[in-house]
Amino acid sequence: MSYGPLLFLGILFTLATSWVGLILLPHRQMGALGQHTDTNTAAIYPAVRAGEAQQGAEHYRSLGCVYCHTQQVRPEGYGSDIERGWGRRRTVSRDYIQDKTVMLGTMRTGPDLTNIGERQADAAWHYRHLYNPQITSPGSIMPPHGFLFDVRVIGQAGRSTNALVLEGTFAPPAGQEVIPTRRAEQLVAYLRSLKSSGDLPEAPVKKEEAK
Amino acid sequence: MIKQSQTLRALLPGDALTGGGTDVGNRAALSEIDASCRVPVLFFFLSGLAWLLAGTVLALVASIKLHTPGFLAGWEWLTFANVRTAHLNTVIYGFASQISVGVTIWLMCRLCRIPLVAPGLVTVANLFYNIGVTVGVGGILIGDSTAIEWLEMPRYATPILFISYALIAVWTIVTFRLRAERHLYVSQWYLLAAVLWFPWLYGTAQVMLLIEPVRGVVQAAVNWWFAHNVLGLWFTPIGLASIYYFIPKVIGRPIHSYYLSVLGFWSLALFYNWNGMHHLVGGPLPSWMITVSIVASVMMLIPVITVAINHHFTMLGHFGKLKHSPTLRFMVFGAVSYTLASLQGVASALRSVSEVTHFTHHTIAHAHLGMYAFFSMVMFGAMYYILPRITQREWPSNSLISLHFWGVALGIVLYVVPMSIMGFIQGTMLNDAAVRFLDVVQFTLPWLKLRTLAGLLLAAGHVAFVINVGWLLVRMFEPYRKPVVRILTGEAETVAAAKQP
Repeated sequence: MSYGPLLFLGILFTLATSWVGLILLPHRQMGALGQHTDTNTAAIYPAVRAGEAQQGAEHYRSLGCVYCHTQQVRPEGYGSDIERGWGRRRTVSRDYIQDKTVMLGTMRTGPDLTNIGERQADAAWHYRHLYNPQITSPGSIMPPHGFLFDVRVIGQAGRSTNALVLEGTFAPPAGQEVIPTRRAEQLVAYLRSLKSSGDLPEAPVKKEEAK
Repeated sequence: MIKQSQTLRALLPGDALTGGGTDVGNRAALSEIDASCRVPVLFFFLSGLAWLLAGTVLALVASIKLHTPGFLAGWEWLTFANVRTAHLNTVIYGFASQISVGVTIWLMCRLCRIPLVAPGLVTVANLFYNIGVTVGVGGILIGDSTAIEWLEMPRYATPILFISYALIAVWTIVTFRLRAERHLYVSQWYLLAAVLWFPWLYGTAQVMLLIEPVRGVVQAAVNWWFAHNVLGLWFTPIGLASIYYFIPKVIGRPIHSYYLSVLGFWSLALFYNWNGMHHLVGGPLPSWMITVSIVASVMMLIPVITVAINHHFTMLGHFGKLKHSPTLRFMVFGAVSYTLASLQGVASALRSVSEVTHFTHHTIAHAHLGMYAFFSMVMFGAMYYILPRITQREWPSNSLISLHFWGVALGIVLYVVPMSIMGFIQGTMLNDAAVRFLDVVQFTLPWLKLRTLAGLLLAAGHVAFVINVGWLLVRMFEPYRKPVVRILTGEAETVAAAKQP
């Protein structure tokens, strides 16, 4: 095999096969996938995210949440995703068409977040969890995200309405309060928007379980 | 092709052939080639090692953070996600890729039997490249990561890297075109393939993910097509090219079989690039894509077993030389790890195994078996051979070589074996909905602490190696005391290498 041009062409040809097969063809198959309109309820799925949640998705990316949390629910009978309550159905390609960066994730150091907005709708819970995961989930190895909060002196008007309710060792020094920054608000808006359970022809939600 | 395979020429590296001249003339010619590579190859090696040290520190911090989340928790730029990602990018793009380029340059010149053309250009590419990596890793630490695995460097850093890669690819092809030795050795096929494949992979990923992002889960397909191929079509060919070159060179005998090397190369080229979707088993992509990748992953048994047989039979009867040659010791460790990593990879691609191991530390262990126990070990071995030749000095310390080898060998075994087992148990627990998620987290803690210990051993090995390299460089600037360069005395190079401490 000392003939250079043949080697050269063979090298280019072999990679071209998977470039066509795994990049171009899937792009043709799924690249133009659109929203689905339910014929009975006229509901459109997946909906476009609100602006604040879209900002939050950028923080989710920037903070690297994807390295410990997946956003994909595996099919029933494959793993325990459904049994753990991480979703009512598996996720499919159409669930992700609104995401600027698709963050499926490959590691479950923490639980799956595909439907965290449905599983945990309480914003106050999310703030306390982000501020220090030990408050809501003792034994967690998620790092505290104190930098998403401001600790400040309580003003003349008294305690702010959005101050975190913190007790015991987690409470700030007397006379001070913990307030979420804009980033924390946007991130929590994003987390609460995470719901991939629309009824789709390719991934129906079992009717008896659907709310 | 058949006629050629019957000759010894096809089984020996080009620089082991006499080239028609006298033996002493041959040695002098090789010495000239080595001298022409000195500056650019040293630049790639030294900056690569600087990134290795940075990557090691980042790895230790990330490892500690995972079992002690309060560690350095106050600094936003040092979150686990940032440090872990900065670690991956420094060791992949800073360390492994730069050492790869250094080794590629030197091997290509040696095998083509021509001195390096325009070494200044290659040095400029290296400087550019290091600026790119610095900007990219800095960007990750300040929160500009793209969160696309293996492609985290922000858009403002990557064009610099792409230009450097393109320069290196063009330069390698030019060297190849100008070759004085017309016979092609198996290592050259792999090297040529690697430098042609990588810019294509990187360019496609950059355009389709960062510049003009594709929609929905096609992103995941591009992501894993790229990320798996970085390993399979960039690092693996360079690693195999090195093993194919250094084992015959050090033990002084031709490779076992020409046919097996042809089969190994083309089956790798055909199957490896279809593997990527096995990272998405169970995910929201069409089943046909995932199935195709699983089939291709199983087909990888052909190149892996072929190469393993070829290397084993080349080494057969020469294992005693492992004691004397550090190059051989690292190479053989790497070659065995390549087989193990590939078999583990094939197994993990199967749906039934992936169901357990996919989202666990088993995958992390697998990545380190491939990138470290195979690839990095091979690169260390190559540097042990190349550095004395381009600096014309012997390695200063035997003890430091031993410390390096045993530190990293024990360290990586202590990393990969427990983490593979732990990942498997972790996956089994995760798949049992009756086990609380936080109990799974708690189960991993002692194993994660063990990993930090393994990391310390690896770090000790790295420091020993860097000290030895630094010492070698100091010697380079000292005047000659005695003729230490055995390759100029006419003594066969293969023998000299085997005797090398």
